[in-house]
Amino acid sequence: MSSPATSDAVVVDHLRVLRGGREVLPDLDLRVPAGQVVGLLGPSGGGKSTLMRAVVGVQVTDGGSVTVLGEPAGSPVLRHRVGYLTQAPSVYGDLTVRDNVRYFGRVLGRTGAEADAAIEAVALADHAGTRVDRLSGGQRSRASLACVLVGDPEVLVLDEPTVGLDPVLRRDLWDVFRGLAARGRTVLVSSHVMDEAVRCDRLVLLRAGRVLSDSTLPDLLDRTGAEDAEHAFLALVDEADSREPS
Amino acid sequence: MNPRITLATAGRVLRQLRADHRTVALIVVVPCVLLGLLAWVYADAPGGVFDRIGPALLGVFPFVVMFLVTSIATLRERTSGTLERLLTSPMGKGDLMLGYALAFGVVAVLQAVVATAFAVLVAGLDIAGPLWLLVVIALVDAVLGTALGLLASGFARTEFQAVQFMPAFVLPQFLLCGLILPRDALPGPLEAVSDVLPLSYAVDAMQDVGARADPLGDVLPSLGVIAVWIVVALVLGSLTLRRRTP
Repeated sequence: MSSPATSDAVVVDHLRVLRGGREVLPDLDLRVPAGQVVGLLGPSGGGKSTLMRAVVGVQVTDGGSVTVLGEPAGSPVLRHRVGYLTQAPSVYGDLTVRDNVRYFGRVLGRTGAEADAAIEAVALADHAGTRVDRLSGGQRSRASLACVLVGDPEVLVLDEPTVGLDPVLRRDLWDVFRGLAARGRTVLVSSHVMDEAVRCDRLVLLRAGRVLSDSTLPDLLDRTGAEDAEHAFLALVDEADSREPS
Repeated sequence: MNPRITLATAGRVLRQLRADHRTVALIVVVPCVLLGLLAWVYADAPGGVFDRIGPALLGVFPFVVMFLVTSIATLRERTSGTLERLLTSPMGKGDLMLGYALAFGVVAVLQAVVATAFAVLVAGLDIAGPLWLLVVIALVDAVLGTALGLLASGFARTEFQAVQFMPAFVLPQFLLCGLILPRDALPGPLEAVSDVLPLSYAVDAMQDVGARADPLGDVLPSLGVIAVWIVVALVLGSLTLRRRTP
């Protein structure tokens, strides 16, 4: 591990969220240590995005608390310190990549040079002058990621940043995330691609709004006797199902 | 509120508009075509009807156009996720709304200068008061349209709905603003309603400039009423921008 966790960047305590009358997160506890890359894995519909929205403070919650860097999630003081990548790319299609990143950078008080560095980090320098709506889906989501990186936030909440990318780009982006953690940034990243688990310091397996497991990958494999994260996840699902037969 | 963020937002909105040549052309050219058409319609009619209606239309165009452009643009911000991203950033709601108002104010000045020049030089409109005052009123009307557009977009879920708000918000004001029938000739209750609606004051102010050599004393109270409407619409509009959503 790159840096020892001195404290928890995110503390989720008995979080309850209802969406459309459905209990998406019934009663969730979670700690995200500072300076680590924590992967949030699990099937879609399992509550990953809702949890992330709650951490950023855009989700109306129905109980419990979410604390980020010692402040309640969504506090004004956190708006400089937490970066959020939505699952669907949220960038302006009618602007170029550069104009998008510069704009979000300026909102966060960053310079043009810092915007260019963020574009470089997501390997879009060759497309900096291209309108976002002329990019491919993967390029668009990287443009959206650059708009988060430009702010150099202390906590990054990234909802499926590598979806639809080829293996080389995925590896490069994970290198970026590892680099952020090495500089003391906390990265909470969701994915439904289990093989990305090997790049995380910790893994949180989320299913039906409950945390099935929260540990390092070696611990998880040890405990389940599985050979990789995917099989470990399946083993945990079977175990949970046999424990509470419905 | 932060001037850097407000200006960055105004610049971003203008950059989006600049990329859309056809919209800019429509905003600038359509008022000229309509004014020309109106001058032609009344070419052989006695009584200087065009000199009465022409200035009023110079006040109606920026209001209608900016209402439409703003309500669609804001709705796009909501549906594309960029609004949610901005509201998790240090941007204040006031920064966003003022940024839009500034950007569309610039466009309104351009539109007003071109339309006024066309009306006076080509269509032969006779203006007794100072021409700069026409441009100032057009600018205030445009900001009014932007403010009401922001408010209306809060109630629209789709672009179809946003477009339908235009006739709902604008046409009643148009019918009651004194262009169809002088306001003091309206039935009592309707006159009372028209005394409250902002477009009535926009049209009054324009007609004062058209008819009087020194209209400032009559124009300023009208602009004051419109300013109150702008503030009320912006305050109500800011309530529709929610940082937390279910």
